[in-house]
Order: sequence, then structure tokens, then C-alpha cells
Amino acid sequence: MRNSVLRMLRIFLTSGAKLAALLLAVSVISFALVSASPVDPVQQYLLSLGTAVSPEQRAEIEAYWGVNEPPVQRCLSWLAGLLRGNLGESAIYRRPVADIIGERFVNSLALMLCAWILSAVIGFGLGCLMGMHRDRLPDRVLKKLCYLLSSVPSFWLGLVLLLVFAVGLRWFPVGFSSPIGILSEDVTVGERLHHLILPAFTLSLMSFVNIALHTRQKLIDVLNSDYVLFAKARGEGKWTILRRHGLRNIMLPALTLQFASFSELFGGSVIAENVFSYPGLGSAVSEAGLSSDVPLLLGITLFSALFVCAGNMIANLLYGVMDPQMREVGE
Amino acid sequence: MTQEKEALLEIRDLSVSFRRYGRGLGQTELNVISDLHLTVFPGEVVAIAGSSGSGKSLLAAAVLGILPGNAAVRGHMRYRGRELSAERQRELRGTEIALVPQSVAFLDPLMKVGRQADGHRKPYPTGKRRALFRRLGLPEETERLYPFQLSGGMARRVLVSTALLAGAALIIADEPTPGMSLEQALEALSMFREMANEGKSVLLITHDIDLALAFADRVAVFYAGTTVETAPAADFRRGPEALRHPYSRALWRALPQNGFQPAGGFQPYAGNLPKGCPFAPRCPLRTAECEEKMPPVTRVRGGEVRCRHAT
Repeated sequence: MRNSVLRMLRIFLTSGAKLAALLLAVSVISFALVSASPVDPVQQYLLSLGTAVSPEQRAEIEAYWGVNEPPVQRCLSWLAGLLRGNLGESAIYRRPVADIIGERFVNSLALMLCAWILSAVIGFGLGCLMGMHRDRLPDRVLKKLCYLLSSVPSFWLGLVLLLVFAVGLRWFPVGFSSPIGILSEDVTVGERLHHLILPAFTLSLMSFVNIALHTRQKLIDVLNSDYVLFAKARGEGKWTILRRHGLRNIMLPALTLQFASFSELFGGSVIAENVFSYPGLGSAVSEAGLSSDVPLLLGITLFSALFVCAGNMIANLLYGVMDPQMREVGE
Repeated sequence: MTQEKEALLEIRDLSVSFRRYGRGLGQTELNVISDLHLTVFPGEVVAIAGSSGSGKSLLAAAVLGILPGNAAVRGHMRYRGRELSAERQRELRGTEIALVPQSVAFLDPLMKVGRQADGHRKPYPTGKRRALFRRLGLPEETERLYPFQLSGGMARRVLVSTALLAGAALIIADEPTPGMSLEQALEALSMFREMANEGKSVLLITHDIDLALAFADRVAVFYAGTTVETAPAADFRRGPEALRHPYSRALWRALPQNGFQPAGGFQPYAGNLPKGCPFAPRCPLRTAECEEKMPPVTRVRGGEVRCRHAT
């Protein structure tokens, strides 16, 4: 027991150190990329003000922002701000970046969580179904469907869903996270869910194929293994084998894949949120990019790195907890 | 000696072939076992000895009815005098007929050994299994271990325990000794001998002829997918004169203690078996007839042999 606590502590410390190093690398690289890009933050800022500014005033702003300082020094002062929790102020929203990320992330989290669970359930279920019926009709049909879905661009798929279910059938709203013309305090959970379903489904379509095909392959490997042959020799039926050996042995890789899919989830949310005008982090990132809102862009970049890394870390930790070979040897 | 009793398992003209997709749309049949004869009586250990890759393990799968989907089986198998149909195989495997596989790889790596040995049939025979583990000298905590934590010897005893727990009348042990030290192998085989002495039948599939001879009552010599001779183990101890088939004699002479003389040529691969007797190309006694037709099984001096020239 004491040993396992110490081991967990060690894992947390090492992965914490790795995370810190990764975030530092991401911030330096993204800072360097933005500095090298033709985006002129001062110009963008002045444009967004909408008023004419004299060259003297512009020079004053540049001096205040430290635009003419050497890049290393600018980077260091930005990093120093980061350490104090100051991500800067968004140029398009005129509010602290941290606040915007926090607010948008809550919306995105609901969306991503729904999509994540949906894709896990659909992907795992379909994967098992395909694996059990390998090379027979259900498998052949579903596999082709999976290939089709993964080769169709997801924004197009989102648009088709929107056209069919929102515009054509009017089952779901066309966009946003709540009905238009209602105060945000008055929006019910039901209404929020109603707005969530279509974007979440679109988002899950992007990742469940991956999970389904992986699960299928893993299940086929398991069913071809020596221990399943022995289970058959002991009289276990097809479904008993799936229940006793199949699920047990494909669960771990499926879970790992599921947590490792945070990056696709985040990338997918950018597309899904834009298609459905859903006010989450994904749509904020494209707004920030299109209007050259450098502080917001950098902030979201860092945040997404943190988010993806957290997913990978959870997958790593889960392995240690769930895989007896790692758990018992560790002790 | 046991011949007058009713046979437990009787295999006649068993052939196993695999469909393979060749170039283009062509399908070819790959014969892995052809016209195999084998009889197992209650209370005896029958060893099937043959070199690696001769299709021995598929015989076990064929008896249990767990061959892969692209395999086709022809011929007759009778268990306790009744035809062994696919349905009957489903009923009997794991209860009447048990497989003892060769290594720890046949245990689910993520399931604790105790649950695994208990099997899937309810009620779980946990109490009986604990007593059995004790009898086999497995420590108390074994049931809480995962397969990767077992030593080779423990894994083997766990695998054997599944057959004992099932109370099977026929135990098929598939290559139970490779990778073991001599003591371990002797220990494993004496477990099977003990089972036979208790009235069960053991079909021991092995390539280790010496070990098989030490524990088996009868030895079936397997060559290129069929049994060329089935003889009492004692005949092998007596020498080549007591044996019937030229391959068995060549095999005997090739044993280290008998001169280590290799026979010329190679065992034909399943894809290009000769038309007649599979041993004909290497046989000193072959005649034109041997190359044309597979010789029938004949009884010679208390053994079965598939050779026209057997005496």
C-alpha cells in the first residue's frame, strides 16, 4: 500500500515535470511562430479601435507594448506574465484571455464530453460487432461505412446533418448553444441539450470510426489468440468468450485510445463549432486566428496543449492502474 | 492387452484440409491430415509422435471441433461408439474431452488463475478446485496470481488442473513438454500417466519420442499428415526388427542412443504430398504400386501399419 502511494507520487512528479517542459516548449515555439508571421499585432489593435491614430500615438503604443524590444526579451516578459497567471488581454473581446478561455471551455466541455461518450459507446459497440462477425455481412457493410465516414470531410458531414435534421426536418436548432432571444439565465438544461445533440453527434462521427476499427482489429487478434482457442476447447461459446476474454482484453487498448483521442476531439471541435456556430473554444480559436488576436491565439494554443497532454497522462495512469502486468510488477 | 475393451475414441480415415486462395480467383485445397486412423482405449496413454509441422496439433483441434472456419473435415470419428458430430463435440468439449495445451500463452493474460481454472460453467467449482490445487502442490495464493506471474511448472499444473477439474474421460495433451527441463518434462508426463492409471485416456501429442516411449502404452507414428504405424511402446524399446513400417525403423535408427543415423530426404510439405504412400520417395522398399496408391491399414503382429511390405 505504502509502496503504491509512493509509486503514484513518483508518477505524478515525473509527469508533472514532463508537462511543465512540454508547456514551456509549446509556448516558446508558438511565440516564435507568431513573431515570425506577418501579423502585426499593433496594426490589428488599431484596426479594431476603429479610430484614426497619428504616427506619434502609434509609436507610443508600440513603445508601451514593447514591440521594438528584441524577441527574446518579449518572449521572456510574456512568459513571466504567464507564470503569474496573466495571459494578456484579447484584442477582439477586450477582456482577459483567461476569462474567455474559461467561459468558452465550459461550453466546449459539454460538447466534447457528449461527443466523447457517444464515440466511445458507438465505436466500441460497432467494433465488437464487426470483430465478432469478421468478414461476414455485418462486418463487411459496417467496415465500408467506416471507411466512407472517415474519408468524408467532417465539415461537409456537419453541413449535411445540419441540412437534413435542422433545416429539412426541423428536429434540431440550426446553431448556437441556446435559443435566440432568451436571457442566458432563463435557458433550461433541456434547451441546452437540444442545441448540443447535433454538433456533438457530428463531432463523435469524426472519432468513433477510429475507435471502431481499432476495437475490431484488437478483438480479432484476441479471438485468434491461443487463450481463446483454449477457451473454445473448454466449451465456451462465442458470446461467453466475448464476455469472459474479449471485453477484458480489448477494454484497455480502447480506453487508451479514447483518452489519447483528446487531440482529435479538440481539433474536431474547431470544425464542428464553426459549422454549428456553437460558442465554444473551437470557434474562439478560429475567430482569434482570422482576426489575428495574438494573445487569445497563444492562450488557446497553450490551453489545448494542456488539455491534450492531460488526456495522454490519464491514459498512462490508467494503464498502471488497470493492467495487472504493470500494476503487480510495479509493486 | 486393452484391445478387447470398447474403444473410447475411434478415428477412421480422418482428413483435414484447408481452403486457400491461390493466385487470382483460384482456390486450392491444402491437405494437412489425410486418411488418419487412430484408436484410443480407456485407461491408456497413446502417444502421437512425429516431427514438427506434420499436423499433429490439428488432430487435437479436429477431435474437439475447434478447427478454424476454412478447414474441412472428412472421415469418421466415434466417441464411446457413437458418431462424434459437431453438436456432440460442442457438448463434450470441456466436460468429457479436455485439452491440456502446451504453455502459459493459453491462459487469458488478464484473468486471475483461480477464476480461470474454475471455468465458465456455473456453479463455479471453487472448493473442488482449491483441493485440486493443493493436491498438485500449488501454493494457496496461486489462485490470486495472473498467468504472467506463474513459473513454467506452476502454469503446467494449472493447465492440467483444468482437465482434472472437468473430470474428462479423454485428455488430449498437445506438446506438453517443449521448453522444459528433463525433470519438469518427467513430472508433467507422470501426471498424465497417473490420470491414465485412474482410468482416463490420454492422447499425448509430442515430438519427443524418447519421453513418449517412457510413458505411453502405444505409440502412433505420424508422418506427413497420417499415422503410418501404431505399435505398442514396448516394440520401440525392442528395436527396429519389432517395428513394422520403414519410417518407424528409420526413426528408431535416427535416435541418438541408436546410432543417430539420419534417413535421406525430407518429409513432404502438406502442399506437395506424393500421390501414393507419403513415405515412398524415401523408402528403400518402395515398388511401383507404392507410388501410385496409398497403402491400406493392415494389422501386423498386434499393431496397425500402413505399408504393403510390412512384415
